[in-house]
Amino acid sequence: MSMWEYANPKKFMDWTAPVLPWAFGIAGLLTGVGLVWGFFFTPEAELFGATVKIIYLHVPAALMAINAWFMMLVASLIWVIRRHHVSALAARAAAPVGMVMTVIALATGALWGIPTWGTYWVWDPRLTSFMILFLFYLGYIALWEAIEDPDTAADLTAILCIVGSVFAILSRYAVRFWNQGLHQGTSVPVVTGGRTVADVYWVPLLMCMIGFGVLFVALVLLRTRTEIRLRRMRALTARTTRAA
Amino acid sequence: MLPDLGPRAVYVLLSYGVTLVLLAAIIGLSARRAIKVRRALEEIENG
Repeated sequence: MSMWEYANPKKFMDWTAPVLPWAFGIAGLLTGVGLVWGFFFTPEAELFGATVKIIYLHVPAALMAINAWFMMLVASLIWVIRRHHVSALAARAAAPVGMVMTVIALATGALWGIPTWGTYWVWDPRLTSFMILFLFYLGYIALWEAIEDPDTAADLTAILCIVGSVFAILSRYAVRFWNQGLHQGTSVPVVTGGRTVADVYWVPLLMCMIGFGVLFVALVLLRTRTEIRLRRMRALTARTTRAA
Repeated sequence: MLPDLGPRAVYVLLSYGVTLVLLAAIIGLSARRAIKVRRALEEIENG
């Protein structure tokens, strides 16, 4: 069976139904254990003091804020190239989750910045690109809501998503591109593997990162299922109206 | 029992509070909408 068959709405509903409770369970377990471990059982850092405990929220949320946009980009490209409705609906379903992750990253970053930098905000490359990413999320969600025809909405939001990907990349690599501003470099560079996080914080942080990732997947699956049902509802209602 | 977070406790606790509220909101709203739409579709399909 081709992998594209899993994107068939009926098949998607079938395979996601048993996966959902597991996804939410694993996300809750990993995030819960990671946060409790990090909050209660890790020491203060020399540089940050107790605010180092914000890392368990800030880094996973920032990671997912960017990765959510990349997931939307892939789903949008699949829609543009192959016209799979489920992929367009999955991109739509992911946007509010990605936006919440961006807000968490911005809010926890601001709260971390006050005692560390002496300010909650600076026009630093990473902070600014994250703020722009947040605005792209808002615009993307608003565009979906504003256009009545779902296929037209999917086309236009896909273009917006491709444009916004520039800022998602900037959010991730802004520190490296400009090498200025207050924000430090990436704590967990995926490519080089040379993390700067001390061992004592690493395992709970990793648990939180995976937990946030699985939570994102679970929420996207749940919300995509809702979008598929809504689409079917609209189709049935239109059929009934035409028949009447 | 909360660990001693020192003078920066307010920033740490606010961060956890804001995050947990936002996560609870997106999970709660997504679940509520899912249930509402599923029921509405069942109603249409069952006539």
